[in-house]
Formats: sequence, C-alpha cells, structure tokens
Amino acid sequence: MTSPARDEHGEVPFDGAERPARQYDLDAHGVRLAMKEWGEPDAHPLLLMHGGFDFARTFDGFAPRLAAAGWRVVCWDQRGHGDSEHCPLYSFEGDTRDTLAVFDHVAPGRPVPVVGHSKGGALMTQLADVQPHRFRSLVNMDGIPYKRNIPDLAEHERTTMLANEVGGWLDHRRRTATNQRKPGTIDELAKRRARMNPRLPIEWLQRLVTTGGFESDDGWRWKIDPAMRFGGFGPWRPEWILMRLPGLPMPFLGILGAQMEEMGWGTPPAKVMPYLPRGGRCEVLDDVGHFVHVEAPDLVASIVLDFLGDPS
Amino acid sequence: MSTVSLRHNRIDLALHELRSATGTGRPLLLLHALGSRSPDAVPEWAHTWPGAIAALDFTGHGASTVPRCGGYSPELLLADADHALAHLVADDPDAAITVVGTGLGAYIGLQLAGARAPRVHGAILLDGPGLAGGPTGPSSHNHFHLPSDGRAPDPYALMELGRDLRPADYATSFVRLANSGSPADTPIAVCATFRPAWLAAVVDAPGVIDTTLDDALSTFA
Repeated sequence: MTSPARDEHGEVPFDGAERPARQYDLDAHGVRLAMKEWGEPDAHPLLLMHGGFDFARTFDGFAPRLAAAGWRVVCWDQRGHGDSEHCPLYSFEGDTRDTLAVFDHVAPGRPVPVVGHSKGGALMTQLADVQPHRFRSLVNMDGIPYKRNIPDLAEHERTTMLANEVGGWLDHRRRTATNQRKPGTIDELAKRRARMNPRLPIEWLQRLVTTGGFESDDGWRWKIDPAMRFGGFGPWRPEWILMRLPGLPMPFLGILGAQMEEMGWGTPPAKVMPYLPRGGRCEVLDDVGHFVHVEAPDLVASIVLDFLGDPS
Repeated sequence: MSTVSLRHNRIDLALHELRSATGTGRPLLLLHALGSRSPDAVPEWAHTWPGAIAALDFTGHGASTVPRCGGYSPELLLADADHALAHLVADDPDAAITVVGTGLGAYIGLQLAGARAPRVHGAILLDGPGLAGGPTGPSSHNHFHLPSDGRAPDPYALMELGRDLRPADYATSFVRLANSGSPADTPIAVCATFRPAWLAAVVDAPGVIDTTLDDALSTFA
C-alpha cells in the first residue's frame, strides 16, 4: 500500500486538525514535559489533559475548537508519552505531581478551568478533590471509572487470572532495559492502533502516527516509552475515583460515550448519576465511544464551551 | 561481600552477595525495610542458612540508582526483587529461593512469593519500617515536590512507599497465589509482632504460619 500523503510538517492531514500554535519544554521539577498550546498566548488559560497511552497531539482536532472560542488551551505530554521525557518510574502519583507543575506554570495561585479525557479526567477528578483551589471548573470526558470489567469467576479462576497478569507484567519488566516498540509503516501502526480504537477513522489514526511517532531507518515507532505497558494490576480500585465526585465543590460536567471500547472504563452512565456533585451534570452521547472529542469534536466542543461560559 | 549490578529499566540495582553458595542449599534473599539498605555482612540470625545469601538494595535505596521525581510503588519494588530472583536462579528451571523481608521488604517478599510462586520456597515476614503502609481506601493524601540531591534514601521513596494503598484483600491475593504454586507446603511465615490490617489478614489465611524467625528459617532451609 502507498504511504498516505503528508503535509509540509511531515504529518498526515485531517479535516479540522491543527498543529499547536506553540510548543516548548517545561521543567517539572526534573521531568521534561513537552507543552503544546493552541490559541492566543494572552487569552485565559484552560488545561486539557490526555489519557493513558495518548499524547497531547490527540487533541489536534478538539483543542483548536476550544481555542477558537477565545481560550488559551494548554496541553502537555505526560511523562513517558509523546515528546516528554522517558523516566525511570511511572505512577499516578508521579503524573499528579507533574500536573501540579503545569498548574503552577500556567496559572500560579489562580484557579483555571480543566478538561481531562480518560485517565486525564480521572487524575484531575482525584486532584480536584485534594486541591480544589486550583480548579475553576472541571470537565471529565469519559474518565469516570466505575469498576474493573471482571466477569463472575470462581475463586481459582480469579487466582489464575491474577497470576497471569502479575507474571506477564514481571516478564515485561525484565525486558524493559532493552525493549523497543515494534516498527512498521504509517499504515501498519495506524491499523495496530485501530484494534484498540475501532471507531476512529483510519485517516485520523494515520495522523496520530505522524504526530505521536517517529521515523527511523527500519520504520515508524510510537514515541511512548516502551517500558510502559497497557493494563496492569495493583491495589487501586477504579471506583475510588467515582467516590470523590459527590464532594467536588467546583462546577462539574461529565461527558460519557455510551459505546463501550477497550481503552475506556466501561462505566454505565446509570452508575455515575447518583454520584454527581451538587449542581453537576453528565451528558451521555449515545452513538459515541470512548474518544468523545475525536468522534464528535463539534458537539463535544459546543457542550464544553457552553458549560465553561465566557473565558473572562 | 561482592556486589553485582542488575539493570531494571533505567535503574541499576545493587545486589550484594553476602555469602556464596556453601553447599546445595537454596539461596536466601534479604529485602530491606523502607528507608534502609542491605546489610554489609550476613546477619547473625542467618549464619546457619545452608545456601548462598544475597541482599538487594531497592530502587532509590542503598547503592541502587536514585531516580528523579519519584513514581514509586510496591509493585515497582516487586519487579526489583524479581530481577534479583532471576539472577539468583539463573538458568536452572528447578531452582527456587527463600525470601526474608523486613518492614516494607516483608510486603514485597509476600508479593514475590505469590507472583513467582514456583520459584519462591518460603517468604519470611519481619517487623521494620514501612510494614504498615498507607490507607486501605480512598484518602485525601496530597502531592508535593520534595527537595532531592540524588542521595539515598530518596525522599520520594520515603513519602510514596510510606503511604501506599494496602487493602487486606489485595495482600491475601498473593497468599492465594503462593499457595497455588509454591513448592513449600506453607509458603508464608509471619514473624512480625506488629500486624497492620493487611498482615493480620495474611496471618489468618490458609498456608500461612505464625512463628519465630529461627523456626521459619528451619522450615524453609
């Protein structure tokens, strides 16, 4: 198959997608974070946080729509993702500290509106619970975990499942010193990603390869640190994020895609509604999957902008 | 004592070989407590152990790499211990080790006994810093940057590993794994006096013995 056409930046074009207006590095107390901004530099800032195994440029379609309404949209690649530094250690807590450095850089001492997708939404929800003074408002896009999708298993089957998870993860850790991501053509990487994002257009996924990957002699690879692995195990329970919702003091908007996907949390909307904070609301988009802002950028942008109100 | 360096992702782990193999006994791996480091010599209580004795410095501790900006978890330390296990059993498909963990090292030893059950012939859990761990559910713990000069122990390790989530049912899941795959009949020995909720649940689980350090060493030797 021929390689898809690319623009003067080497990126596959996609209707409505725009490169960031500004890109720079931020020293987050020793971790180099790659920052990406859309909109005017002196406009009111809005933080936009991506999900796990994504990167800031996955907002190439959504962020410009928010910027067009007068916001300075500030995104960053989380440690180990996109153009940010590959680190020795990764954890939710490490990501949270990095996020605080972004808050301090963008709006020291002032609350700002925040939009987070998937893991970014979950992390911001947890952070809003312990540092509410930093949030003017919070939009959580399909990042409200409910609980793991574990079928009803007998005890011995559950033990076998955990043994396989833990063993697989440790085997992966033994290879991390030398691991590399598998190379391929733009189309091959796009099709690999399509297995987890079956609802997204292949042209969009091809663009992601050229914004979230790099090309070397033997082909394209994703930039994400090969030491990172999808899934995992641990004592953390996804529903603990849900339990933080009722107490959030800032205006809150949840946006859930009703179509379940592998990269999503599989949260039934009916499970979220009883936990909404006072005055909070949740929009459920029926024919949309986990990537609500990619599948329906105009609709989601209009919902978010209506919720946020005027930037000033 | 000699020290080998084991590469775990971007971390160089220091594994101290306190005593070489003296016979056919299986290796004993010592896992230190939170904020601590490996001993320089074989502890007195381990002198009668019939095999080699090694001690691992966890990430951010002792002679191992101190990374920038934290991101610790017990599971990361479990992977550290798994690198030591891989070194100690080398290519012998039938080899197993016994683990003695102190404080935080006891929790990691329990995890290793479950995660690599066929390769761990007994884990002995002792008192020490980091034994308690943190909350067992959602909490309001906050997040701060810490000054760090690269010296061990890493302040991020002290903070993050001193308050990690330790629900009892998570800990006992490793007991179940150990029971299902360990060559030992009773693969976990609890010798700690202080028993936080996770450890109390472990003691009550099948396959766990509540005993003294000397008896545990005799059982697993």
